[in-house]
Amino acid sequence: MVEQILFVLLAIITLGSALFVVTDRNLFHAALALMVSFAGVAGIYITLDAGFLAMAQLLVYIGAISILIIFAIMMTRRLMQAVEMPFNSQRWLGLFGAVITFVVLAVVIGRYWPIAPSADTFLASIPAVDPEVMSGSVARLGVSFVNPDAYVIPFEVASVLLLAALVGAIVVAWPKVEDKS
Amino acid sequence: MIPLSWYLILGAALFCIGIYGVFARRNAVAILMAVELMLNAVNINLVAFWRYLTPEKSTGMAWAIFVLTVAAAEAAVGLALVISIYRSRDSIIAEDMDLLKN
Amino acid sequence: MTHETLTILTWLIPAGPLLAFFVIVLFTNRSRTLSWMVAWAGVFVALILGWTVALNTAAVGVHHLEEHPTVASGAIPWIPVGDFFEGTWINIGVAVDPLTAVTLIMVTFTVTMIFIYSVGYHNWGAPLGKILGVPNHLQEEPLLSRFFAFMSLFAGGMLILVVADNLLLLFIGWELMGFTSYSLIGFWYAREYHLGPGDIPHIPPYKASVKAFMTTRVADVVMLLGIVFFYFEFGTMNFNEAFTPESFELVLNAIGPVAIGAMALMLFTGTVGKSAQFPLHVWLPDAMEGPTPVSAVIHAAAMVSAGVYFLLRIFPLLAVASGPLGTQTVSYIIAGIGAFTALMAATIAISQNDVKGVLAYSTISQLGFMVAAIGIGGYVAGAFHLITHGFFKALLFLASGSVIHGMEHGAHEVHDHHTDPQDMRYMGGLRKKMPITFWTFLIGGLALAGLPLITAGFWSKDEIFAEAWYLWESDGSLLPLIVFVMLAIAAFLTAYYTARQISMTFLGKPRTPLAEHAHESNAFMTIPLILLSVFAVIAGWAGIPENFPGIGPVINLNYFHHFVGATIYKLMEELYELHLVAHPIETLPFNMEPLITSLVVALGGLFLGWWIYGRKPLKEGESDPVAGPLGPIYTFLYNKWYIDELYERVFINPTTYVSEKVVYQAMDKTVIDGILHSVARGFYGFGYYVKRFEEVVISGGVDKLKDGFLDIAEEFRQLQTGRVQEYALISALIAVALIAVVLLINYGWFGQFF
Repeated sequence: MVEQILFVLLAIITLGSALFVVTDRNLFHAALALMVSFAGVAGIYITLDAGFLAMAQLLVYIGAISILIIFAIMMTRRLMQAVEMPFNSQRWLGLFGAVITFVVLAVVIGRYWPIAPSADTFLASIPAVDPEVMSGSVARLGVSFVNPDAYVIPFEVASVLLLAALVGAIVVAWPKVEDKS
Repeated sequence: MIPLSWYLILGAALFCIGIYGVFARRNAVAILMAVELMLNAVNINLVAFWRYLTPEKSTGMAWAIFVLTVAAAEAAVGLALVISIYRSRDSIIAEDMDLLKN
Repeated sequence: MTHETLTILTWLIPAGPLLAFFVIVLFTNRSRTLSWMVAWAGVFVALILGWTVALNTAAVGVHHLEEHPTVASGAIPWIPVGDFFEGTWINIGVAVDPLTAVTLIMVTFTVTMIFIYSVGYHNWGAPLGKILGVPNHLQEEPLLSRFFAFMSLFAGGMLILVVADNLLLLFIGWELMGFTSYSLIGFWYAREYHLGPGDIPHIPPYKASVKAFMTTRVADVVMLLGIVFFYFEFGTMNFNEAFTPESFELVLNAIGPVAIGAMALMLFTGTVGKSAQFPLHVWLPDAMEGPTPVSAVIHAAAMVSAGVYFLLRIFPLLAVASGPLGTQTVSYIIAGIGAFTALMAATIAISQNDVKGVLAYSTISQLGFMVAAIGIGGYVAGAFHLITHGFFKALLFLASGSVIHGMEHGAHEVHDHHTDPQDMRYMGGLRKKMPITFWTFLIGGLALAGLPLITAGFWSKDEIFAEAWYLWESDGSLLPLIVFVMLAIAAFLTAYYTARQISMTFLGKPRTPLAEHAHESNAFMTIPLILLSVFAVIAGWAGIPENFPGIGPVINLNYFHHFVGATIYKLMEELYELHLVAHPIETLPFNMEPLITSLVVALGGLFLGWWIYGRKPLKEGESDPVAGPLGPIYTFLYNKWYIDELYERVFINPTTYVSEKVVYQAMDKTVIDGILHSVARGFYGFGYYVKRFEEVVISGGVDKLKDGFLDIAEEFRQLQTGRVQEYALISALIAVALIAVVLLINYGWFGQFF
């Protein structure tokens, strides 16, 4: 009971701020709402016993990406002073598309995993897991990142990716060298 | 007592909100923010499946970590591009970026 | 000499001149001297071989010859008929019999004399003439090699004809002579005449040669048809094989008298053309355009003789065709044409002023004598006159050439190149200036006229009269009588125009400076004249009849009659026994009437001619004394009975008209070219429409297709807005739609969700 209320609360926070993100005229507010949405997602992770991931979410998304977005907003702000529509010409079609997508997804989900919470249907509840096992999940995660039979290569590749992104971003955003004639 | 489907529906809803943002927002930065939302929705899905189906393995988690990493990289690069575009065109309205037209 | 040797020698007789022709054409044509020497060599070889063969034939003896006339014969297979191995072959070969022998003697000798004469006539040794294709008076003929080449070929052709043993080889020689006479008459191919009103009419040599060839061509076509007919019926063209009593009977039974008469007449047509009988005589006077040696050889020694020789060769056929089982019409036609020609030509000759023209008509007339003689059945008489005529006519022509040369010398000295040196009105008194020419011309002329006893012409003409008289007396048929009368008148005129010619040319005083300054010709020309005049006198003595009063019994041998008669003596006897012919070869009994007639006409004609033209010779500028009294008759004769004009109107103009207007203009240009042009235009039009079709339909269609595609593409282009968001939206919508479709398919209606 408690979990369900907690879940619904977190869901409302997440979804509500997400809605705010995509509808707000003021981009800065949208960025802040994004941070809130991220936080809600982190809370969802916690209810799923993924504490490490929640922390990572907070650090990376809220701490870095959101700040980055705010930087970008700031740097491109001049244009945003103007009074303008936040939505473009295909907003209704987009709305329709989004709604349809959700409907389809929901139908698919509902077919496989019943939505009504009852105890005897499949995955109706979080399966119980030995706390010992759960506590060692982070360690297992860490081992899997360096285990040659596991995900060491993706791990390394991810680090290379980050390096590339770093370099690329700098190059792309480098101000143009103007030759003074 | 939360069925898996609730998490999945949450993820789907978050995804669709994000998709609406991608379709309908004019500002390029706003589109990128919506993309982040979509990625988060994906992550919710991943973690939910992990917890409900194979909690003793680290696969789901690892994957979610990777998604996180990639999302971060992509956000960085994307925003760098936005800035670069803003510099050259003085506009970041996605509708106006139609060089591929026809 | 053996049969085989004689045969080989006979084969070689024509080989000499023919080889000379090839050598001159291929090798010596650059050197005039070498060319005439080669030509001389050729005819000398022919002379020696010919006389050898002829004398050997005579040596066989008349009695043996009467049984076996052919002393030498040899043939080679030539054209296969039917299957190459199994079928028969047409052979060609040579055969010598007495007729061949006498002809060889005459032909080879006269041709050799003419060749010798020609070197002098063309002024060999004088400064070289510069202009080709025209006579370069008194300068050496620049195209002498060409002359001797053609002459050698001509001589070769004649000799082939004489020794041939079949119709085909004879015809080959015939045609060779036709071609070479065309070439030789037109020897001066570039000569043009610029005639004044009083001049003797001339047509240029190139036209004369065509006229000669065309006229004889007409005859040769019919003759060839006759040869084909002959071969078809007799199965062979060999004379000895075809002319046997058995084959004559077979053919007569097979085709009947009318057809055999037609065959005979078709073959006779060849003679009408070649020997210039009426109506195909028109080419001979114009053939005088050739150099005088050509006139001599063609119109005395060889070509015209070939026509009569041919007639003698096919005499058995003529005899059968006009015999009891044939149609007498044949002999009427042949003798009639001969006699008419003799008379007609003699009348024309009395009015001609060209020295060669008189001789030309004289030749036509004398050939008429021979043809008439053969027509009534006088084989030996015709042959005799052929041989003697060959000698004295060649002599006369050569002598006239000498006269012309003398006149040209005179013209050169007085620098008068306008007066015609051939016109007898401008001659006169040449007796003193050119004595050798005068005496030899006189001998020849008297032989032509038939001066009794001492000239050859008398004996041969007398034989013809005797034959005609005898046949009239024995058969009572009118034909020989008509022939006799016509020939007598013609003989009278012959003597008359001969005396006229001699008087105008040689007697009296020179009427123009040309004649004044004439002088005798060189030895090349005079020696042949002398040699020929010998024969003109003695040749007749071979034919003195045994029963001639006085001389006859002394000699007691009409050698010519028996010798030549032996050729067909046996055959005619056999045919006579089978009643296929009217008369065999028989010795004529002596009759006074023909003899008196010959004497009267010959002496009378000579006297009259001398009386009018020689006693009071013509003065300068005086016209012909008979022109006034005869009046329109004279004009008629002078214009050659207007026959040329008649032919022009009736044959030549319509033919020209048809070929020009009908065939060329109408058919060729209008119809055929019109069709071609229409076809061309049709194709043009077709091509034009194909091009339009291609432009409009094909290219146009393709263009429209292209435009359609472009339009569609233009529409589709709108999809690419360049806006990524729109792309994303559409992709998402499509993906969702697909998923929905899959779901609906897999799970039916939304039945089981929730």
